[in-house]
Amino acid sequence: MAFFFEVLIGGLLAGVMYTMVALGFVLIYKASGVFNFAQGSMVLFAALTLVTLLEHGLAFPWALGASAAVMLVVAVAIERVVLRPLVHAPPMALFLATLGLAFVLEGLAQLAYGTQVHGLELGISDAPIAGLPIEISKFDLFAAGVAAALVAAIGILFQTTRAGVGLRAVADDPLAAVAVGLDLRRLWAIAWGGAGLVALVAGLLWGARVGVQFSLSLVVLKALPVLIIGGFSSIGGVIAGGLIVGASEKLAEVYVGSHMGGGIESWFPYVLAVGFLLARPTGLFGERLVERV
Amino acid sequence: MSSPRPFLEVHAVSLSFDGVRALDQVSFDVKQGEVCALIGPNGAGKSSMVNIISGLYKAGSGTVRFEGKVLRRAAELSALGIARTFQNVALFRGMTVLENVALGNDFRSRASFLEQAFSVGRARGEERQAREDADEVLALLEISDHRDDVVGRLPYGLQKRVELARALAPRPKLLLLDEPMAGMTFDEKRDMCRFVIDAHETLGTTVVLIEHDLGVVMDLSDHVIVLDHGRKIADAAPEAVRTDLAVIEAYVGSFAG
Repeated sequence: MAFFFEVLIGGLLAGVMYTMVALGFVLIYKASGVFNFAQGSMVLFAALTLVTLLEHGLAFPWALGASAAVMLVVAVAIERVVLRPLVHAPPMALFLATLGLAFVLEGLAQLAYGTQVHGLELGISDAPIAGLPIEISKFDLFAAGVAAALVAAIGILFQTTRAGVGLRAVADDPLAAVAVGLDLRRLWAIAWGGAGLVALVAGLLWGARVGVQFSLSLVVLKALPVLIIGGFSSIGGVIAGGLIVGASEKLAEVYVGSHMGGGIESWFPYVLAVGFLLARPTGLFGERLVERV
Repeated sequence: MSSPRPFLEVHAVSLSFDGVRALDQVSFDVKQGEVCALIGPNGAGKSSMVNIISGLYKAGSGTVRFEGKVLRRAAELSALGIARTFQNVALFRGMTVLENVALGNDFRSRASFLEQAFSVGRARGEERQAREDADEVLALLEISDHRDDVVGRLPYGLQKRVELARALAPRPKLLLLDEPMAGMTFDEKRDMCRFVIDAHETLGTTVVLIEHDLGVVMDLSDHVIVLDHGRKIADAAPEAVRTDLAVIEAYVGSFAG
């Protein structure tokens, strides 16, 4: 039984890491209805910026602050240069624009920072915590704590601040939002800035886990099943989705994978997501659109 | 109360969509304190006109001045003292009635981000004020009972009323109503008329409304402007417009055809 819990908890902690990546998508999707394909590239860009600054001898807090500033500038620039001209374009055009943006960002990252793999050491060991009946990695616990804090901060932002209420309002009905005097440009810049900061935190933790390299932008692929299961527009949904994906893939690997030659961890979440698409296309917490005709 | 400048001044406004003329050199003035109705057959350019006044469309040529000022961006609308409703209800469907109406007042907020996040300092007083203002309007429009209901689940007639409440929350000087009674039952229309009159009288709001029901128009308005195919064909008191043959022709033409 202890083994089962060990697998389960390991999975849930991994799931929190997926949630963190998915959160960046939700921020932008809620505010502008855009599926931002470039979120993964933003994660990569942020991690590379941080690592490069660290390797140039900057102390960690300064490097983190400078990277955050860079990500804010990048995010606001994206809003201004890519999205604003496309305000009235159909969602597909916006989606394709973010797809193009993903390539531009990755290209820029290569140009600016080179292509070698960097290690990122946060000084937190990946060893199990001593004195517990089951093995839990210190790093996993730390990562989960950071992610939980981030999720809580974003939740508070959406619930209580004017910008948060404004973002919810814009997502609900952009026309009405303009009519009550909300500044769409400002709100979009805030949403993209937020997604940039989320990308930095995700890049930091994922980079420390798997190394800062170009495949980092692929972590977004794991965010897809999280979003499908949880719903694209719900913060609670991506938390649940991330935990479900993390726990189920680890449990499936250990208990099912052993009967079929292993390696099912990498594709199990997608099968789960397809199942959700068939049974509950809006995800666990997604809103069903009711249109009056 | 004769000011040198008209309250709302629309001067030679034209607008085209892909070569189709929606508005052609339309000019009119609206005086402070009046209820002005924009009427005309479908496609006459009424909604386009309201969209231009509220900054959602940019006029191809011509100017709109409100109290002598030109509106540059839709986001400045509320600050100038203009509020509007839409032909198809535009509400925040996932929020409660109170949240919707309080958002109407949101642009006034000056509290900083952090004050809001922790609900301290200026944010506290502002929130209370926004709620009180919203409650007052809810009472005026008799929807206080639905205060905490989620808007998306309310019947259509009530949603229209919530939208009016949100527009009234900041106590605008000018209220633009795009077909406030479209799709309503007879009783709902009668109620809505009463609310528009109440708002006009108790809050002193100047009203510009688009309406198809000529009975409603004659009852409510002090001033009627008739548009047809993008041009202004009449601009007078309701009695005078009623007898205007051109209007009848435009209406008969559109309804018979």
